[in-house]
Amino acid sequence: MKVLKLILKNPLRHKLRTALTILGIAIAVIAFGLLRTVVTAWYVGVEGASANRLITRQAVSFIFPLPYAYKDKITQVPGVKTVTFANWFGGVYIDKNQFFARIAADAETIFDVYPEFLISKEELETFKRERNSCVLGEGIAKQYNLKVGDIMTLEGDIYPGNWEFIVRGIYKPRDKTTDASQMIFHWNYVNERMQVEMPERAGDVGWYIVQISDPAKSALISEQIDALFKNSPAETKTETERAFQQGFLSATSAIIVAMNLISFVIIGIIMLVLGNTMIMAARERTREYAVFKALGFSGFHLTGLIMGESLLIAAVGGGVGLFLTFPIVAGFEQVIPKGFFPVFQIEPITVILAVSAAILIGVAAAIFPIHRALSTKIIDGFRFVG
Amino acid sequence: MSAIIQVQNVSKSYWRDSFEVPVLNDLSLEINQGEFLALMGPSGSGKTTLLNLIAGIDRPSSGKLIVDGTDISTLNESGLAKWRSAKIGFVFQFYNLIPVLTAYENVELPLLLTKLSKAQRKEHVESALQIVGLGDRMDHYPKQLSGGQEQRVAIARAIVTDPVILVADEPTGDLDKHSAEEILTLMERLNKEFHKTIVIVTHDPHAASKAGITRHLEKGDLIPA
Repeated sequence: MKVLKLILKNPLRHKLRTALTILGIAIAVIAFGLLRTVVTAWYVGVEGASANRLITRQAVSFIFPLPYAYKDKITQVPGVKTVTFANWFGGVYIDKNQFFARIAADAETIFDVYPEFLISKEELETFKRERNSCVLGEGIAKQYNLKVGDIMTLEGDIYPGNWEFIVRGIYKPRDKTTDASQMIFHWNYVNERMQVEMPERAGDVGWYIVQISDPAKSALISEQIDALFKNSPAETKTETERAFQQGFLSATSAIIVAMNLISFVIIGIIMLVLGNTMIMAARERTREYAVFKALGFSGFHLTGLIMGESLLIAAVGGGVGLFLTFPIVAGFEQVIPKGFFPVFQIEPITVILAVSAAILIGVAAAIFPIHRALSTKIIDGFRFVG
Repeated sequence: MSAIIQVQNVSKSYWRDSFEVPVLNDLSLEINQGEFLALMGPSGSGKTTLLNLIAGIDRPSSGKLIVDGTDISTLNESGLAKWRSAKIGFVFQFYNLIPVLTAYENVELPLLLTKLSKAQRKEHVESALQIVGLGDRMDHYPKQLSGGQEQRVAIARAIVTDPVILVADEPTGDLDKHSAEEILTLMERLNKEFHKTIVIVTHDPHAASKAGITRHLEKGDLIPA
């Protein structure tokens, strides 16, 4: 407290230098927050996975289909509650840049297996009844200003041709990790057309989603499902939904690691920037510190003075950066296609890490100047010519 | 009058790279309470070094320094700092005021180490600034003051804790003739009216003439009086 006034006034000695340092810290905190938010968004699929859902896919690769006939056999496995299925439709909506999940699924059961997709009973009944209908996630409906009754036209690629769907429902996400960016329509609608136009692809299922009664039995049930189709032309791999999502992430793990690394490198760089500012300031004040010591101020006081100033600058920079991170992340969310990061928001842990980073920056940047101030003798300090 | 400062067989040398440079050679000196002593000598004679030792901001290589009854050569750094804050008032050639603090705040600095309340500190600071004739400049920053005024603020800072000894290293070295005269007159007043023991280092014979006693150093030795 004794040196508080000086802590508050010292940064104003060189206003431009202090302002630029604060700006640098703010930018570093924004970049850190944004990168961490992207990394967190990448993992949202994993976090949103349900413990009582298994995914059964083709053992060789996810891109190879499974026969429709597997459904009944999977349903017979003890512990299985509901089986639904889906195909990745792909296609183009408006243009190739409009990316979001377009899924042909079993209309009768898909929403039973995904209770976190909240849809009204009426809309669900209409969807089930009309073969060419679709249900949109709330995020997609907002992004494209679509409402119930609107027509969506997709240009198929995996399933060639033009496909029209009538929006009959909009589902809301139950949890903050729930993906609200999917378009779901009838697998039967797609399959009927394939029977006519590409019969060799009729009856193909992308993957099965298996709802089980007891998550503790997921390993056993997975083994039993895969055992049913061992040595068949389309062997299966069944795993928890979480493991399935993590499998996608492993393909991009290098990017995630790189982003994590970059976010911490940014903090390290700005630590050096503030450290440089503090070293310059401490050097300029060598004589002043000698005066303080001569007057009787202890090493404790000088440490408080230098550390206080460093933490003040770091706190202001960190605070400005954190304050601006929220609108910047919100703006980023508007710009990126909804399908890339269905859930894109700043998590509390990101805020905690950003605040911790600012404190760490303030502390680390003060270490060398404090050491220099304490180790310089009074008489050497008086002789110093800056 | 009793000796308030006793320098007993003090030697001091510094290390510059690998060379040992002797500065003071087995020097002994006594300064009585209430005396105004000027130390003179050519550059490198050791006068500033002797002043620094008396003020407790440097340590002798050998010998004893007893200042106001305390053998300061035996105190550790922390003890020396506490002792300085209570007993010594410093006046430097280049004032060494803190530029971001007002005259009031600069003078208040030494009092922050005491247990005085804010109101008590205010009383002391205003009193010190009145003594040096700057009662109307409390809210001015150093850059808003002349050289002579800055030095007077420095003197106010030096006396605000009512120290027993004032040490001044070339207090008029950076001042014009008129300002220097003001400072020397003030120091005379502090000595005669407030009975402060004052030790100054100076090259200026006129400044030395204001002191009651002048001692000369040459190559680390005190020339006999």
